Amino acid sequence: MRWRIPRRPVAAVAFLALAAAGCSGDADSAVDGATPPVNATAAYGDTFIDSLLGNISSLIPTITGDGPSHTVGDQIYSGLVTFDKDLNPVGELAQSWEFSRDCRDLTFRLRPGVKWHDGRPFTADDVVFTWQTIVDPKTPSPYKSEYALVESVRAEGADVVRVHYSQPFAKALTNWGTWMLPRHLLETYVREGRIREAPQNWTAPVGTGPYRFKELRSGEKIVLVSNPDYWEGRPYISRIVYRIIPSQATTFLELKAKGVDATALTALQYSRQTDYRAFQRAYTKFRHPGNGYTYLGFNLKDSRFADRRVRQAFAYAINKREVIEGVRLGLAREATGPYKPGTWVYTDKVKTYPFDMEKARRLLAEAGWKERNADGLLIKDGKPFTFELLTNQGNDERKKIAEIVQAQLRELGVGVEIRVLEWAAFLKEYIKKRNFEAIVLGWGIGIDPDQYVIWHSSQTGPDQLNHISYVNPEVDRLLEAGRTTCAREDRVKYYHRLQETLAEDLPLVFLYFADVLPVVSSRVYGIDAGPNGIRYRSNRWFVPQALQRYTAG
Amino acid sequence: MEQLRKIYELDKPLHEQYWSWLKRIVWLDFGRSFAPHGRPVIHMIRERLPITLALNVVEMLIIVAMAVPVGVTSATRQYSTFDKATTVFVFVGFATPDFWLAVMLQILFGVHLGWLPISGLRLPVWEYLPFWQQQWDFASHLLLPITVATFGGLAGFSRYMRQSMLEVIRQDYVQSARAKGLPESVVIGKHALRNAMLPIVTVLGLSVPGLIGGSVIVETIFAIPGMGQLMVQAVYERDYPVIMANLVIVASVTLVANLIADLSYSLIDPRIRVSRRGRR
Repeated sequence: MRWRIPRRPVAAVAFLALAAAGCSGDADSAVDGATPPVNATAAYGDTFIDSLLGNISSLIPTITGDGPSHTVGDQIYSGLVTFDKDLNPVGELAQSWEFSRDCRDLTFRLRPGVKWHDGRPFTADDVVFTWQTIVDPKTPSPYKSEYALVESVRAEGADVVRVHYSQPFAKALTNWGTWMLPRHLLETYVREGRIREAPQNWTAPVGTGPYRFKELRSGEKIVLVSNPDYWEGRPYISRIVYRIIPSQATTFLELKAKGVDATALTALQYSRQTDYRAFQRAYTKFRHPGNGYTYLGFNLKDSRFADRRVRQAFAYAINKREVIEGVRLGLAREATGPYKPGTWVYTDKVKTYPFDMEKARRLLAEAGWKERNADGLLIKDGKPFTFELLTNQGNDERKKIAEIVQAQLRELGVGVEIRVLEWAAFLKEYIKKRNFEAIVLGWGIGIDPDQYVIWHSSQTGPDQLNHISYVNPEVDRLLEAGRTTCAREDRVKYYHRLQETLAEDLPLVFLYFADVLPVVSSRVYGIDAGPNGIRYRSNRWFVPQALQRYTAG
Repeated sequence: MEQLRKIYELDKPLHEQYWSWLKRIVWLDFGRSFAPHGRPVIHMIRERLPITLALNVVEMLIIVAMAVPVGVTSATRQYSTFDKATTVFVFVGFATPDFWLAVMLQILFGVHLGWLPISGLRLPVWEYLPFWQQQWDFASHLLLPITVATFGGLAGFSRYMRQSMLEVIRQDYVQSARAKGLPESVVIGKHALRNAMLPIVTVLGLSVPGLIGGSVIVETIFAIPGMGQLMVQAVYERDYPVIMANLVIVASVTLVANLIADLSYSLIDPRIRVSRRGRR
């Protein structure tokens, strides 16, 4: 953990970027610059200046849904479990956990000696309280539905918590990564439905995390200081300052002028605007797959797209590498299914669709699209093969994808009309009403592999998420099996099979997982990147004595 | 839903809703924000208003202090090199989008030269600086935003000033002042300028909403935690209490500015002062 990943010479960067776009699941790593030779022993001290694009909306992350609040909340609070860099669950405030044989009881054994920031001990009562807070109808929490199957949460002594589920629920463990809240400070506020008015919500949050709250200046900055009583020991970096800079362009300039120590780059910044020596010396760039993929989807109620051969033909006709090169400058991984490369649930042993026009033509011919009209479009029963491809405004990547798809399908003899729609109208008038032929959109994915709401045939109602109207009994069975068992080995089997089925049946053309491109000052050591990003165990990051920049305080 | 309707009094007739809203506004009670922190809106505004007001007042002062002499000089020396140069400057000023200028200045002074900070109000480690360095740090953070916000306004106002001055110096009383043998500086500075200032004061009063609107851009680019930034975020989050309060405050500030403009007529125009003494 303490040593940084060996760096590759600069020349290798371009090659790596190209290669990574093609082969999935390859190493996530820091890819530039040479480090000055420094004695890299861990040292306490220094201030880390992070950047946030927006204001935080509360200091109790349980009642918020925005990124900045979670980023800050994750340092102040901690959960029973957390997720390592490859997204495996590991104990945080819980030392260990155990499922009963029927998966309906989950027992946590808490880590002894954990203290709240105000010195009070953290106990099983706090866990029960956290659950009560979330499910309390008076608490405005967006996470209530995650706990709908929890029947009871009981404290057995100070350090054992027993959770009982009304039915087996595979996601159970993931949900206990939620931020633990202090009963002794919040109980009366929660009971009276005034959690938003508690001082912990804006001026004095108290958690069990590696950093303590020091100061908040609305719209300007948030200051945290290291927690000497953190269960894993005092974090090396003494202070974190989050600067709030609403413009991405400004953040990038601040980065160049060393006004901030970290941000996320755009693909263009990553590959074209940070390629000079001074930048490479001052910063380490990382890349890891993000929490979502982009796809080309079809309305499967449309008889043309209901034919699997047509969808497969399209998959062969769309050159994914070209899409990734053109749209993401190579900074993405080809998606073979709905799971992120490099995670425990992912498999690449599925049917793939390498670019092959001939195969595409053959498949379309098999499906009855043989003749062409005067415009060069394929016709069947006298009608030419044309459709409308919709995507939303404000996302340049998706617009570009639509254009590439248009060009490549045109070669196949299929006419594509592109329409770019305003987001709210797109959802309301087209997606919810199932009033579309094809779409370019993205799906975000959670930590748990359960994707019941996206693929299950019961989820095709107007307000539900299976808007492509996908129905496949085999997929239904696998989804049901996967979400009702808690044994990891069984789940892996079900989800591998699910990926194989989806790749074969191809309800939509999976395009890519865009890479997230964080950049961090090169004086910070100990960063380990993976599918979960770079922040896992940031309490163990450190700046060697000789490189510390902010020594005051 | 019903509960919300009760809380926000949406079940009452419109005029009652409006009346209770007005009553609360008088006490500066704008309700609580819809955001998860649920803070009273007035607290949020109290944090943000001073910096925006301060920036706008400073901008205004700089604009007047520079636009008046420039306008007067280019009017009295019409078609001189100075006049032509300022004309060019004015067109450049009008044509430059301030977000572009902001980024260019940030790149030049912040990244390449490293003389000035790029954004924000203070260094993140401001607390640990000695007193005078703190003041310098604060001032240097404001330098670029003020320059950008002043640039466009300066161009416009120097043009108004020139035009208004040109009209005035062709008037008969200026001729007679000259004929009296008064030195040119008194003719222009005392007799002509006062009358020429009248329309400028009007425009200045009316330009306050524009300046505040401009703060939205400047505050976003320079990451200044002011009203503009608050407004933008509130709009994105559909935080209606904050939006309403912002609009009320901006409207009040505009009214106050216009009042000040009206009052200052009497300082400039002797005729208005005379009429105040009562009718003859």
